[in-house]
This record gives sequence, C-alpha cells and structure tokens, in this order.
Amino acid sequence: MKIQINEELQEYPIGATVADVIQTLSLNPKFIAVEVNLELVPRDQHASRQLVEGDQLEVVTLVGGG
Amino acid sequence: MSLAETGISDAPLILGSHTLRSRLIVGTGKYDTLELMQQSLEASGSECVTVAVRRERLYDPTGRNLLDYIDFHRYTLLPNTAGCYNAKDAVRTAKLGREILLGLENPGADWVKLEVLADTKTLLPDPVETVLACEQLVELGFQVLCYTTDDPVIAKRLKQVGATAVMPAGSPIGSGQGILNPNNIRICLEYLKGEDPDYPVIVDAGVGTASDVAFAMELGVDGVLLNTAIAHARDPVRMAHAMRHATEAGRLAFQSGRIPRRLYASASSPEDGVIGRTRQDRTSQ
Repeated sequence: MKIQINEELQEYPIGATVADVIQTLSLNPKFIAVEVNLELVPRDQHASRQLVEGDQLEVVTLVGGG
Repeated sequence: MSLAETGISDAPLILGSHTLRSRLIVGTGKYDTLELMQQSLEASGSECVTVAVRRERLYDPTGRNLLDYIDFHRYTLLPNTAGCYNAKDAVRTAKLGREILLGLENPGADWVKLEVLADTKTLLPDPVETVLACEQLVELGFQVLCYTTDDPVIAKRLKQVGATAVMPAGSPIGSGQGILNPNNIRICLEYLKGEDPDYPVIVDAGVGTASDVAFAMELGVDGVLLNTAIAHARDPVRMAHAMRHATEAGRLAFQSGRIPRRLYASASSPEDGVIGRTRQDRTSQ
C-alpha cells in the first residue's frame, strides 16, 4: 500500500503500523512525534496504530531554534 | 568574585510552574556546529533553551540529532512554534513538541513558546492569530510563553487570555537592532505588572549585543530570550559569557534604582577645601 510520509509517497506492506514505519526509517522513537492525517498519534499507540492506503504521516523531531 | 559569593541574592525567575535561576533563555539555532552550540549554552549559564519542531529527514538516519548534543536532564527545553503563520499550525506544532518532550521526560513538556508570524520579510508576529492560538493552547493545558510585538494593548490581551508570560520583541527577530521602543516596553511592564508585580515579562528577539540585554533588564523585564546575537557572533562562546554577565548586570542595576538624569553636573569630590581658589572665585562662577 502507498502512504505519504512527510509529503513523500512510500510503499509499505498492508497492515504496517506507525511503529513499523519508525523502525524502517531507522529513527530513534524517543526523538520523534508522529501525526496521521493531521491527528497526533501518542507514543503508546505507535505499535497498535495500523495504517491504511493513502494515510498521510508527519514525522517530526526537534532541531535548533530560537 | 561571583555574585553568589558576595552574598547578594535574587529571586529566581518563575514562569508558571517552572523556576529558573538564570534570567537568560537562549536559542539553539544557527550555530556553525553542534559542538559550538553546546559550549555556548554552557557559557551562557542558562537553564532553559528553546528548540524548534521540524520534519525528520527520511534518508539520513546516520545524521546527528540536536538531542544528542543537549543534556535534557540539565536543561529545560522550551519548544517553539517558529515558522507557523496561523493559529491552526501553531497548535499542531505545539502538540507535536509536547509529545516529543513527554518521551524525553523533560519538564518542558507542559509549556510552549508561541510564535505566530505574519510575513517572512519582517518575521513580525501576527497579533490576531497569536491571541487566537494562545487562547486555544491555554485551553489544551499548555503554559504559553507568548512572543508578540511590543504593543501594550496586545500584550494585555495575551495576559487576559491566559498567557503564562508575555514576551515582547525588542526589534525584529535576528535583526540585532536592540530595544527599538523602550517606552512601549515600559508601558507593557506597567500594564502587565501594575497590579500583578510578579507577572513575567521577557524581552524576546532583536538583541544585538550585551548592552542591549543590560538595557532590557534595566527597564525591569524579568528575563531576556535571545539566539542569533550569540550564535552569529564572531566568537559565540565569548559572547555567551558577555550575555550572562549583561543579564546579571542589568538585573542588579534595575534592582538598585538608577539615579535621576539631570541637565547639569554634580561634583563627586567635595567642593570645599580646594586649594588655589578664593571664596570670591567660587561665588563669582
């Protein structure tokens, strides 16, 4: 299935979860936050939240700022 | 001799549920290297640093993360909503920042530096969207430190809708122009602190050098938030030291009560007993 991550189209197996995406991208789960279709998905739901075709994810972290 | 050694004590800076010993809050952006940032934060003496929320890079997992260079057990992180141009995006960004800080178990998870900008050229805040966003974030349980213009009317509005602190700009972000309208800052202080002297007011943005920080503190603000003035100085670590001292100097001067300005001189040495001048000389002048 195709999902969008930070506005980029990516292919994931059907039934993939938010946690699967984080693992595939080799991201440190502690340093990020994830939205699916503009709704924040809390950390404790990453493993249970299954994605569906067309879902739009935002994966953010902290960077230097003023 | 450090200030602590002199026995001169000062109340900490209290921002909602947060207590900070340093009245200087510094940003983490624009440094040439993360190592330089780390050293500058240390030199500034600050206990609170601002950070921004941005999209993760998807193809550079070996890239270094800011969080590898900030001891988040030592510093309280203050996530900002920089780059947002409407209340909706600012609220989304604040929620994402909170989610990351909750994961880090950093005390900064319950607050946000609200910044809603109007245009990219001036980076001036959009006052209408800022008030809207502030209201919504307060409703969501955030302690909101609110970046705004130096307009006293908007400052009052922000306090009314529940901002934990109001943070008027000295001048546009990163411009280094210092405190352009000290009279507006004075009116902000009067409006916000008049019947509520402990309400925190922080000058945020526009600082160019140490004297700007000292001047802001001398006006009676509770703290200063800055980034570019350190990060883009030729020697950021040295400038961070200067900012730390300027914050303390300005604070002490404000508490001490400056002398009134007067048009004519007032001699520091006794006027009596000066040799070579007769009484007649003195009275004839």
